[in-house]
Amino acid sequence: MNAINELSFEAAYAELESIVARLESGELSLDESVSLFERGRQLAERCQALLDQAELRVSQLTDDGRIEPLG
Amino acid sequence: MQNPYSVTELTAYIRRLFDDDLHLQGVWVEGEVSNFRRAPSGHWYFTLKDDQAQLKCVMWRSSADRQDYTPADGEAVQAWGRVSVYDAQGVYQLYAELLRPVGLGDLFRQFTELKARLEAEGLFDPARKRPLPAFPRLIGVVTSSEAAAFQDIQNVLRRRFPLAQVILSPTLVQGSDAPAQIAAALERLNAHTQADVILLCRGGGSIEDLWAFNDERVARAIAASRIPVITGVGHETDFTIADFAADLRAPTPSAAAEIATPDRAELAANVQALDETLTSWMQDELECRQRALVVARRALGHLSPAGRVRGLRQRVDDLNARLLAGWRGRSAMWRERLAARAAALQAANPESILARGYAIVSRSEDGRRITAAAGVRPGTGISIQFADGDLKARVEDRESHERYKRTLF
Repeated sequence: MNAINELSFEAAYAELESIVARLESGELSLDESVSLFERGRQLAERCQALLDQAELRVSQLTDDGRIEPLG
Repeated sequence: MQNPYSVTELTAYIRRLFDDDLHLQGVWVEGEVSNFRRAPSGHWYFTLKDDQAQLKCVMWRSSADRQDYTPADGEAVQAWGRVSVYDAQGVYQLYAELLRPVGLGDLFRQFTELKARLEAEGLFDPARKRPLPAFPRLIGVVTSSEAAAFQDIQNVLRRRFPLAQVILSPTLVQGSDAPAQIAAALERLNAHTQADVILLCRGGGSIEDLWAFNDERVARAIAASRIPVITGVGHETDFTIADFAADLRAPTPSAAAEIATPDRAELAANVQALDETLTSWMQDELECRQRALVVARRALGHLSPAGRVRGLRQRVDDLNARLLAGWRGRSAMWRERLAARAAALQAANPESILARGYAIVSRSEDGRRITAAAGVRPGTGISIQFADGDLKARVEDRESHERYKRTLF
């Protein structure tokens, strides 16, 4: 498992969805449930933080293929 | 004389003549616009005329709203529609559905021909359409850097999905150089970036303004793009060749940005819903296990050894009591027996016998007791033990008690 604060939104969101699905499928020990639950809470927090903090970055591709910031 | 028709009957008969004529069901007609009037209902009323005739025309609002060209009196136009009779006024008229200014006829033909050719080639095949990413991280935009369209796109992305990064591949979007530039801008994004999706956009304008997006080079660059392309060109009613070649057509640049991205508010709500599902699931799970624990504990109570231990302890107590009772009875009996024996023993004690006057005779030489006269020769040294002391003596004679024997047996 990757460190939560390094996950992209997409990855964190996908993992969160799969954790909820796994928990709901049942057949987990209490230990597994608890650790999945804790990871899920952290992922949800990560997702919310990414959504709250995100700021659109805009750049421009030059004729010779360089990428430079714009605005 | 034949009964006269009513006006309605006759007019209906005439209308059927028009409606049965296939040629009148879809016809192009060219003329100059006069008496153009836009009714509050949104319908357009006008007359088309040339130097020798005129034709009343109506365009219903549903069609009028789709036109990107609004005619004015005196303009030469081509109109397409169906000719029929308006019973209430007893006039025939053109029910127009398309309207274009004269002079665009060539462009229209080019458009139709190119579209047919590329379609036949399979360039617009639905199977070619690539899936769009759910979460585009890098969004390429091909448009003019000065255009309002680019601002619109940024505004939408800022609101909906600011997690994305935008990279503009600038290009002219109108004029004769535009098609080659648009194609090159698409190629640059493919060559130099890992964009997840490309928005190919231009704001609204006249048909001529949008013409670069009807160019074959643009259509082929879209088809050749490794990255999926969403078009947002002009207004809702404008369809370009680029739209057909694209993986997805959006009606406007803003709409293209919306289609390309998930909505932040929706995502936040989804995340929160997942989070809540997680929490309530965990609560349920813990409650469920707690209940199971209570049930198990109760079951364990019934099977507990403590109960058996209590039972056994009671039995031990019972046995103990019985043992004690038994012992008491038995010990009394033993005590009695013991006393009797002790008394008997006392009676048999040699000392008490001696005290009653008897004596014990034993041989002096070895101390063996003499219990019968027989076998003891005269002259044998004997010791006679009394209660109070011993006498040493010597046997003088011996007599057998035959008589005594006889009387006894």
